[in-house]
Amino acid sequence: MHPAPSVITFTTLSGLGFGLLFWLGIGLPAVTGWVAFTFFAIAYALAVGGLMASTFHLGHPERAIKAFSQWRSSWLSREGICAVAALVVMAAYGAGLVFFDARIAMLGWIGAALSLATVFTTSMIYAQMNTVPRWKTPLTPALLIAISLAGGALLAGQISAVLILIPIAAVLQVLWWARGDSAFAVSGTTLATATGLGDIGTVRAFEPPHTGTNYLLREMAYQVGRKHARKLRVIALALGYALPVALLLAPFSHALALVAVISHVAGILASRWLFFAEAEHVVGLYYGRR
Amino acid sequence: MTTLPKSTTRKLGLVIDLDTCVGCHACVVSCKGWNTENYGAPLSDQNPYGADPSGTFLNRVHSYEVQPLATSAMPHPAAQLIHFPKSCLHCQDAPCVTVCPTGASYKRVEDGIVLVNESDCIGCGLCAWACPYGAREMDQAEGVMKKCTLCVDRIYNENLPEIDRVPACVRTCPAGARHFGDFADPDSTVSRLTAERGGMDLMPEQGTGPVNKYLPPRPKDRLDQPKPDGEIDILAPFLTPVMEEPAGFLGWLDRALERI
Repeated sequence: MHPAPSVITFTTLSGLGFGLLFWLGIGLPAVTGWVAFTFFAIAYALAVGGLMASTFHLGHPERAIKAFSQWRSSWLSREGICAVAALVVMAAYGAGLVFFDARIAMLGWIGAALSLATVFTTSMIYAQMNTVPRWKTPLTPALLIAISLAGGALLAGQISAVLILIPIAAVLQVLWWARGDSAFAVSGTTLATATGLGDIGTVRAFEPPHTGTNYLLREMAYQVGRKHARKLRVIALALGYALPVALLLAPFSHALALVAVISHVAGILASRWLFFAEAEHVVGLYYGRR
Repeated sequence: MTTLPKSTTRKLGLVIDLDTCVGCHACVVSCKGWNTENYGAPLSDQNPYGADPSGTFLNRVHSYEVQPLATSAMPHPAAQLIHFPKSCLHCQDAPCVTVCPTGASYKRVEDGIVLVNESDCIGCGLCAWACPYGAREMDQAEGVMKKCTLCVDRIYNENLPEIDRVPACVRTCPAGARHFGDFADPDSTVSRLTAERGGMDLMPEQGTGPVNKYLPPRPKDRLDQPKPDGEIDILAPFLTPVMEEPAGFLGWLDRALERI
């Protein structure tokens, strides 16, 4: 799949933002006034910034309002509704903390649940895809939620939670990669089933329909950079998971914590790039590619 | 509404005969022509005369080589070349419809055609991801998703002569490899063709329940093989050489030319 920068940025930043909103919602840290304002500003910048980035890949962003209508069947529609609901509820909760020094706990819990639901619905957009065997697993929502909670805890300064959640996310990440590497073969979809010609013999793509490229190949048969996948996995594990934990085990300082956050985000960006670039869509089979 | 209908009154679709298709791409051209001038946004091309041309097509013809396995009876089986037209299969359980966040994609209850309402499409591309067949392409000029409409603006069009009220690809196919009809009717041409020739689904394991069926190619003649016992080649006696050396006028001409 084509690793569109807008979608990578969106899923990474909004995951982090909604993760932070989750922790703020359950009152960890229990902040009020200007400190609360700063935390909420960071969370909203990430969550809303991510949502804005996601509209860059739309053909008609001016019609985005229509995307809230099909929650009965569409995970993308559900994601939009959860995101807006989470942002509205958390805004009311945040206003109480910032301006009135009052914590309406119930509102915070609802906002936290909606923030988590947003990350879950985002992950289900990918996990529902029968056509991309690497994504089609319950491990996908587990991984994206773990990353979001870990990153949110990191921004919320919940060091003990980070030290538990980042290793959990790292384990899920490794499991997700390990499963993903054989997912396409396990799915059973081959050029033989795609053409129905497998009963006659070995099928080989002889000639594509056209000499040039097309939307399908650009979008779904992206192959650039897969050769660097192993290196990028090591980089993602080191920056996204190992280094932040190491930095937080050292005596606490705000400078080190900032480095931990930057390193984590860089690692997750690399992991998210691989999430798309390594994912193989079955339509590539028709073109003799994966 | 992007929830799928439980059932549709009719199931309109295509039968594509892989035995007959000669790979001429006429269906590709007629599809592009009709659908550029009619329903919805035109099918644009990008850089059509440049070094890297590409464009939106609703129907494309692939070609596959199939190499049968060698057996003791057939130690050197000849490979078969199969031309393979591919357009939207108008699936009964269309995954492209349910993922649509805006309701632009829908499957019609009355005839099962999967359509895109282009004025509702935000161009998110998720339906193209959900389709295993590559039947949907985002138009790069218009920013909306394009797909086969089964020529919905032809098949019900009373301004056209009745013979033209079939999809453009079916009407144009010079080999008669494409058939249009109602699969819900067991006596329709498409239903009977499917039953008689073993019409098959593409990627059945994806669970999409495609309406369009593909007829498998028949085995080709095997000239390098001895005839099975009892089978008489009626042409053979007529094709044996009548003489080894030319005689008469041709014999004289042959000798005369040799001497020069």
